[in-house]
Amino acid sequence: MTADTQQQASPANAVVLQILMGVLALGALLATAFSPDPLFRLQGWIFLGAFVVACGVLTIGIANGQFQNDQGKYEDGVVRAGVIATLFWAAVGMLVGVVIASQLAWPRIFYFPDFGWLNFGRLRPLHTSGVVFAFGGNALLCTSFYVVQRTCRARLAGGLAPWFVFWGYQLFIALAAIGYLAGITEGREYAEPEWIADIWLTVVWVAYLLVFLGTIWKRKEPHIYVANWFYLAMIVTVAMLHIVNNISLPISFLNHKSYSAFAGVQDALTQWWYGHNAVGFFLTAGFLAIMYYFVPKRAERPVYSYRLSIVHFWSLIFIYIWAGPHHLHYTALPQWTQTLGMTFSVMLWMPSWGGMINGLMTLSGAWDKLRTDPVIRMMTVAIAFYGMSTFEGPLMSIRTVNALSHYTDWTIGHVHSGALGWVGFISFGAIYCLVPWLWKKERMYSNTLIEWHFWIATIGILLYIAAMWVSGIMEGLMWREYTPQGFLAYSFVETVAAKHIENVIRVIGGLMYLSGTLIMVVNVWKTIAMPSSVRQVESSGPAAALSAQA
Amino acid sequence: MSSLNYETVARFAQQGGTVYFGVMFLAAFVYALWPKHREAFQDLARLPLEDDEDDHVGA
Amino acid sequence: MWKQHGKLERHSLLLVLGILVVVAIGGLVEITPLFFLESTIEKVDGMRPYTPLEQAGRDIYVREGCYLCHSQMIRPLRDEVERYGHYSLAAESMYDHPFQWGSKRTGPDLARVGGKYSDAWHVAHLTDPRSVVPESVMPPYAFLAKKELDESDIQLKLAALTRVGVPYTKADIANAKADLEAQADATASGTGLHQRYGAKVIQRDYDGNPDKITEMDALIAYLQMLGGLVDFRTYKAESPENMR
Repeated sequence: MTADTQQQASPANAVVLQILMGVLALGALLATAFSPDPLFRLQGWIFLGAFVVACGVLTIGIANGQFQNDQGKYEDGVVRAGVIATLFWAAVGMLVGVVIASQLAWPRIFYFPDFGWLNFGRLRPLHTSGVVFAFGGNALLCTSFYVVQRTCRARLAGGLAPWFVFWGYQLFIALAAIGYLAGITEGREYAEPEWIADIWLTVVWVAYLLVFLGTIWKRKEPHIYVANWFYLAMIVTVAMLHIVNNISLPISFLNHKSYSAFAGVQDALTQWWYGHNAVGFFLTAGFLAIMYYFVPKRAERPVYSYRLSIVHFWSLIFIYIWAGPHHLHYTALPQWTQTLGMTFSVMLWMPSWGGMINGLMTLSGAWDKLRTDPVIRMMTVAIAFYGMSTFEGPLMSIRTVNALSHYTDWTIGHVHSGALGWVGFISFGAIYCLVPWLWKKERMYSNTLIEWHFWIATIGILLYIAAMWVSGIMEGLMWREYTPQGFLAYSFVETVAAKHIENVIRVIGGLMYLSGTLIMVVNVWKTIAMPSSVRQVESSGPAAALSAQA
Repeated sequence: MSSLNYETVARFAQQGGTVYFGVMFLAAFVYALWPKHREAFQDLARLPLEDDEDDHVGA
Repeated sequence: MWKQHGKLERHSLLLVLGILVVVAIGGLVEITPLFFLESTIEKVDGMRPYTPLEQAGRDIYVREGCYLCHSQMIRPLRDEVERYGHYSLAAESMYDHPFQWGSKRTGPDLARVGGKYSDAWHVAHLTDPRSVVPESVMPPYAFLAKKELDESDIQLKLAALTRVGVPYTKADIANAKADLEAQADATASGTGLHQRYGAKVIQRDYDGNPDKITEMDALIAYLQMLGGLVDFRTYKAESPENMR
């Protein structure tokens, strides 16, 4: 997988991959055959199916002499696949979100006693993992593969390895998603997949790191562009978090179930060290990389301050890693840890806003584009939401504020202003940039549809987070309300009933955001179906090389 | 384990952590503002604008 | 120092190393002391590992994602202590693999739900939550009462938990299946269940169906023992070693 094997290696590494898939298929077959555990066998069948299909596709491809590896061209096929996967999982993840929001708004309609696997408890991880890891993960995968090639002026390293990373990651998502519905879970928020899926993800992730680093090693630029720093920090840190948080012992190597190596208070801190930094490195650092490439590119302005981006990078990754314990205020976690977490959480406000200013000011001199270009507007609003939620976060990490906000819908609102506003919009903005480039079109099919997407989704976010602020603060206050006689004023269920209207507004907000995404899917579909722009029509043979020179 | 009590750990983590952060921050700051790097950074800031959306590897 | 940084930017491996050092130290300083500081977990009377039936119930609790809406962590705030009971201690989750403190209260905290409601109430509530609490938004779990509990891997489970630090004895593991069946049977006697797990272990037919041991039996057995282990008469909250 090193750079120098690239020139002639592609058929060879295709064969290696084919053999590997064959061996893994055999392993999956044996494990499935010998396991007494039906849920493990379910996982086994998914693995087996994936490996057999992969092996078959590779066999046919090798027989036809495919998988050639032209070093003069960027590997954009895997980026195109990533764009499609991103949109697919966005629609799925958000749809499940709307379903579970509806369950909380209208439990009598949206629960089915005969279908326990459609209960909130099983769908909720499907929603969170679907949006964070499937939608967000694919957005990171495809943009990072695009950006690292362009900023290094080098084709992705590893021949077929990027494709292994892409499909391996989809397999992980399928394992996790089907597993949740079947009741396979470790019961750790945002890290629910069981041990076998965790091991598979580790393999895929290491391959991702090697592809990314390998491409950097091949670069023709003297420096490594700052967006790649953020991607690299994301990849390296997520690997560390994933491995440590998922240390667990399977009850048998032919059983789906495992028990965490840690217990109680240590387990709690490990989990929230992971949980918070999944936000910090997956949902923040990774998407800041998108910002540092796509905003300058689209605005046609240089990064406002490259120096600031360096200070932003180091202080962000330094401070973030300490902030996890603010998820455990007033719990049985020793207080010194809580204080440490709170201190660094408040400090985190600084680099976050440094990054926000750097992103926004990159538009200076191009402010008129906010009016004319809905994609620029989408990315700008994303950065504004980044600023808003990174102000709200430190606020909520202060112990006394947290005493009110913890356990309430306020947290849910906070997460969604980050996820829908920041992660969603910056990804959509990047994809609107990417689609015409990747499919060689002059522009997106319809600017009007982008305008519709932008406005429907923006209003949807505002409805969503406003409803959650109201319901969160309301229930927090109701829980601690006393009568003049000194009794608790409300029973718990009264606080549940009080949130009905907000739960309905949340469904409407979520539905609007989902509609925006579906509009985008149509727009992207239509764009891909448009005739290619004449200037960049692809032809094979020496003519292509000549036109590239021109 | 008697030396490792609550106060020691709390002091080490809180004060040590703050000092460690100060040093790291200063290092990053000095590096970012070092005059010799000005030109390289100015070039880097323009890097996304110079590459090609085409799929032919640029120079 | 700045020369090092110049290299850092050009040499990706140094960049990776720099990132690793920066992100690893924070975690190490925060997390590792919890494993060594004796004051992390209070010394209390009454904590014991879960019985096989309770552990099986806990696994169902985890499987169904109950932790997504119910916390098991009462904070030392006046309203919480009055609503739910004594604030939670670290010692109370010392045998919890994984911990289930939760992060959201779409439903109420369950850290001390044990003994608050009857078994029959739990059966009715889990089967159709809105039949007993009309405003509830909880999903129905009627299928638990129909589904027979899978006892085949209970020994494997206890053995694995022992390896991650739960002090089950060899006898506990050897008798896991018998203990599980005895606890769900009000009439069973002389089985050694109480010798191994203490006299306070609740032994009865939880789901009201003596014909078979269902997942409902296991889940209710777990819910009914939650928060009741620690003897708070002997726990001195004000003593210096518990102030942290």
